[in-house]
Amino acid sequence: MLTKTGAMSRNPAEHNRQLAIEARGLVKRFDDTLAVDGVDISVPEGAIYGILGPNGAGKTTTLRMLLGIIDPDEGVRRVFGHDRPHEIAKWIGYLPEERGLYPAMKCDEAIAFMGSLRGLSLDEGRKRGRELMENHGLGHAIDRQIRQLSKGMAQTVQLLGTLVHRPRLVVLDEPFSGLDAINQGKLEGLIRELADQGTTVIFSTHVIHHAERLCNDVAIIAGGRVPYAGSVDAARDRIPAQVRLETRNESGEWRSALPDDARHDTKSGGGHFWYFPIPDSGIEALLKRLIDGEAGILSLSIERAGLHDAFVEIAGEAAARALEEGTAEAGQ
Amino acid sequence: MNTSDEASRLSLLQAAWVVARRDFKAILFSRAFFIFLLGPLFPFIVASLASGVGGQVQREVSVNSIALVMSEEDSAAILAARERALGTMDGLPELVVLTPEEGEEAEEVLGRTNHAVLLSGDLENPVLTGPHIQIHRWDGAVSLMAAMATGSAPTTFPKIEERPLADTAAAARSDRIRTAQAGQLLLFLLMMLLAGMVLSNLVEEKANKVIEVLAAAIPMDAVFFGKLFAMLGVSFVGIAVWGSFGGALFLLAGEALPDIPDPALGWPLFALLGVAYFAMGYLLLGSLFLTIGSMATTVREVQTLSMPVTMAQLVVFFLAAYAMTSPGTPLEIFAAVFPLSSPFAMLARAAQSPDIWPHILALGWQALWVALFIKGGATLFRRRVMKSGKGSGGRKGIFGLFARKQGT
Repeated sequence: MLTKTGAMSRNPAEHNRQLAIEARGLVKRFDDTLAVDGVDISVPEGAIYGILGPNGAGKTTTLRMLLGIIDPDEGVRRVFGHDRPHEIAKWIGYLPEERGLYPAMKCDEAIAFMGSLRGLSLDEGRKRGRELMENHGLGHAIDRQIRQLSKGMAQTVQLLGTLVHRPRLVVLDEPFSGLDAINQGKLEGLIRELADQGTTVIFSTHVIHHAERLCNDVAIIAGGRVPYAGSVDAARDRIPAQVRLETRNESGEWRSALPDDARHDTKSGGGHFWYFPIPDSGIEALLKRLIDGEAGILSLSIERAGLHDAFVEIAGEAAARALEEGTAEAGQ
Repeated sequence: MNTSDEASRLSLLQAAWVVARRDFKAILFSRAFFIFLLGPLFPFIVASLASGVGGQVQREVSVNSIALVMSEEDSAAILAARERALGTMDGLPELVVLTPEEGEEAEEVLGRTNHAVLLSGDLENPVLTGPHIQIHRWDGAVSLMAAMATGSAPTTFPKIEERPLADTAAAARSDRIRTAQAGQLLLFLLMMLLAGMVLSNLVEEKANKVIEVLAAAIPMDAVFFGKLFAMLGVSFVGIAVWGSFGGALFLLAGEALPDIPDPALGWPLFALLGVAYFAMGYLLLGSLFLTIGSMATTVREVQTLSMPVTMAQLVVFFLAAYAMTSPGTPLEIFAAVFPLSSPFAMLARAAQSPDIWPHILALGWQALWVALFIKGGATLFRRRVMKSGKGSGGRKGIFGLFARKQGT
């Protein structure tokens, strides 16, 4: 939900009831590197919000600023209307990109410790920790030390520690990294479940499919800037829908009905595919001319652009390539 | 979902407690803690071994028996004279009469036995054979006993009336300096023991990446407070164990232990102030060391920092130790006011001066600096390590040596 003015709401009391996070003009420099350059983000309460961008785009720095781990050089941020996120630490759960647990702790203790940092008593934390582990198929590992777990299991334990105090806002930095396909699916399910319960979830990712499958809204980030923040649908709608036409014949009078720049592919079985934007005259007029011209229509469909196409359109080819390389490196 | 109206964050103290509790348990239940507890035993063991060897050497140089090779008559006379003299004076040598066979090879006997010297000749012309230092040690006593044996020495000695004074001002001051020195030394040793542990305290969190979880949930001040107080708690456990051990030793050894003069404020208050100054001194130095250590990213960097840190500790200790000998001078006042030497200097004062109010002021002053050091350390950590705030990217000063570029 990008505001056109880039300014804070004129009526913050009313606006802040609806927004979990509102950031304007966030800037962060490290030495001579401009890591984040004027980021604006608005995350509605209860939404699943993705920050999508290649490695090094500024995702983690943005999240760390939103959480108050670091302060921005410029700009303002509000989390549930608070300028200083630490003041509402009990409402927030955070899974950092670089996972961190004390290796000598037992799993239920680690979860309870993370809860205690957010105001939960240790006893309650242990109790909930055991329940969460049972519910997520890790009941057998409750009494194991963190150092005895596989990387994926430790990551799950930390995620449970992030949720144990039942936060209103869950911030996940690259939560799918290091998980196999099955656990990625489980995590997607968990995120949806949280959103169904009214929890706001914001996560960063360099994998478009996760954002496309899960998010209501996304911020596309590249080179420290956010060229687009808004709904996934609106992002896809920035690229016109394409007509996909399959014909038996390759040429004829009917060809004049197609745009000059229509892309043509030949099917091995003899059919011909044509791709082009929906003509201004509309689909019905096009169909009539194709039929009258005896094009031999085998199929015709209108295809909506994917988030990947939108990303290329919005962030550029270079950013899209970096995103794909990051995905390939991560094996996702 | 947590939507209640209850406080939406932990207070600084609550957050510090969470960190302190975790650290305290982690240290207390680690194997390393037992080594930490055994640490002070090593100097005892070394001291015992050294005193064993030293004692043997001492016994050898301080033998007080003289081998007697005289005629039977002279031997009996000088032994009788010794018995008479013992009623009046201490420090006379044992006299061991050698057998005639031994007497024939007396010098060889001296070489293989533990007698200081060999006494031969007769009562008119006694002869001492042995090392030069032992001859000079015993010639007076032998001369006196020989004179008494021949009847040429006085037969009565006047009794001296003794009028001992409890304390002169100079003696009391001199004695209390010993107490002050002992107190300062103990304080220094305890703090030295803990400083290294504090220095590496944040490396674990940085290595495990737990620091990110902590920094997101609670203020960095609370992390620093918690870590320092956890170590303070651990050290109190250590002190309790060592104190019990020392107390038991005191009860067992009783008067065999060296007599330490009473401090000016009395033992209970002195001990209480000792604990308070230890806590303050540890927190002051600890907060500095924690800050310095937190700038390091690896154990190797921490090890590199250990030497200058130890040297700095020694400088502070020597300042306070030197200043203690001249109370009321500008140097002593400086040592009492300078935050890092203040606990040492004030403990010395507690041994030497009966005034209580300077200690109340000093503890308040030290507490203020503890808070400032922790706040400063946490701010520096946020800016230099977490790279938070404007201008945080700078790499100026000594801490810039350890700065790392931040990923995005």
